[in-house]
Amino acid sequence: MSESSRIPPRFRAPSALAWVLVVGFAAFFIQGLIASEISLDRLVRGASNLVRFIGQAVPPDFSRAPNIADAMLETLNIAIVGVTFGCLFSIPLALLSARNTAPNAVVRVLARFVISVSRTIPDLIWALIFVVTVGLGPLAGILAIIMDTIGFAARFYSERFEEVQKGPSEALTSTGAGRLSVIFGAILPESFASMTATSLFSVEKAIRSAVTLGLVGAGGIGVELSTAMRLFRYDQAAAIILVILVVVIVFEQISSSIRKRII
Amino acid sequence: MSSAITCEDVRVSYGDLQVLRGVSFDIPAGQGVVLLGANGCGKSTLMRSLNGLEKLQSGRIRIHGDSLADASRVDLRRIRRCMGYVFQQFNLVPQLSAFQNVLLGAMGRHRLGLLSCLGLTASTEERARAMACLERVGMADRAQHRPSQLSGGQQQRVAIARMLMQAPKVVIADEPIASLDPKAGREVLDLLWRIVREEGLSMLCTLHQLDLAREYADRIIGMKAGRVEIDAAIADIDPLHLNTLYVGMTRVDAQPQEDAA
Repeated sequence: MSESSRIPPRFRAPSALAWVLVVGFAAFFIQGLIASEISLDRLVRGASNLVRFIGQAVPPDFSRAPNIADAMLETLNIAIVGVTFGCLFSIPLALLSARNTAPNAVVRVLARFVISVSRTIPDLIWALIFVVTVGLGPLAGILAIIMDTIGFAARFYSERFEEVQKGPSEALTSTGAGRLSVIFGAILPESFASMTATSLFSVEKAIRSAVTLGLVGAGGIGVELSTAMRLFRYDQAAAIILVILVVVIVFEQISSSIRKRII
Repeated sequence: MSSAITCEDVRVSYGDLQVLRGVSFDIPAGQGVVLLGANGCGKSTLMRSLNGLEKLQSGRIRIHGDSLADASRVDLRRIRRCMGYVFQQFNLVPQLSAFQNVLLGAMGRHRLGLLSCLGLTASTEERARAMACLERVGMADRAQHRPSQLSGGQQQRVAIARMLMQAPKVVIADEPIASLDPKAGREVLDLLWRIVREEGLSMLCTLHQLDLAREYADRIIGMKAGRVEIDAAIADIDPLHLNTLYVGMTRVDAQPQEDAA
């Protein structure tokens, strides 16, 4: 009895694995600090460069406003078209990869693989790949956004499908309904609110990445921005950055207010 | 009279745990049977087996002569179609209106499944039928309400309307009133049995209230630790005998030592 009722010790030595992880992390961190040659001198110079950049950027030059507006519109087009197709393709992929809706284990593993590949490859890399395959311009951007959205949305959709309560689907199965009818009659309606929220997140994410896709030539406002930067027209760049800021904030506000309403 | 549900030495186990240990009974068409038994005695497993939701280890279940065990997927759907299921937790789709939930009951009857049962695309006859089913359970004025806006008793009424919409020949009711208060439970049970009698359906219904069981049933089957312990017409039932169902080793997972202690 006394053996089992001893007070637990205040401190327990961490396991060997924990030691290895901590030491490994510390070593990596220190090596990183050394490799990036951080020095006070460089930071001071960087600060003065930043001041110079800001000095040249203010006041922002809006003389190219029509071009900026055009490019911004193209960015929004890329984002909206890409995210719409991305979300649409995500639904079947998510159904194939969720444990309770997948037809069999092989298909499920395959669908999971497709989803995780599209998630692990960053959007800029997708854009580079599609610039090479379909050429410069918005189509490459749209394809990149589609892949990026699938990686994000399909995963969250399928997690939501797996969380759906069993009862209603069982009730429909017990009426002799087929598998597809059960999915569309019970599982999709139950997941609808969460799927809308995920899709709105995807829109926000897509607009943010569509902005940067232009940097690698996949169309949109990023093209304008990288041109302005390369020509050292920091005042024009500042105008573009301000426009991006406003558009992204406006979209996030709209989408979060919609999300609040449906949840 | 033909049999509605026949169980022949049905055995089901989860891993090492033998849940149904040779259950046999025969319910003739048109009979209303109440299944009694303590929690954990295997009632729910039996109910799920009847619907083909559990795999049998051995034995045979026939629904109107069709064996569940060797049914193909298409056959299984056909068998399920003629079997209405009423759940303890109602199991309505929470995001859909009562009307749409009732319409979904018709899914098994149509080749196109869901397409024939959406409020938008269903035929005029089916829509009228669904409304008639809701009227029959007294919920016509709540057709547009979602389940969350209805009380438990009202939700179970909608679930019964969904069962009616399915037009079954056999009804399985798994503790239909266990999550309702006594008054609502009584009303729902009244409604359920009235509909079963009016339609001439066969029913197997689990309950926990012995007095209600004796009041409604034609016959009582009592289960204890995975076996049928009592099976008798209502007139031959000894109330004291029923109480033994709840005493001693009632659960399928009970250990003999526990009982002795």
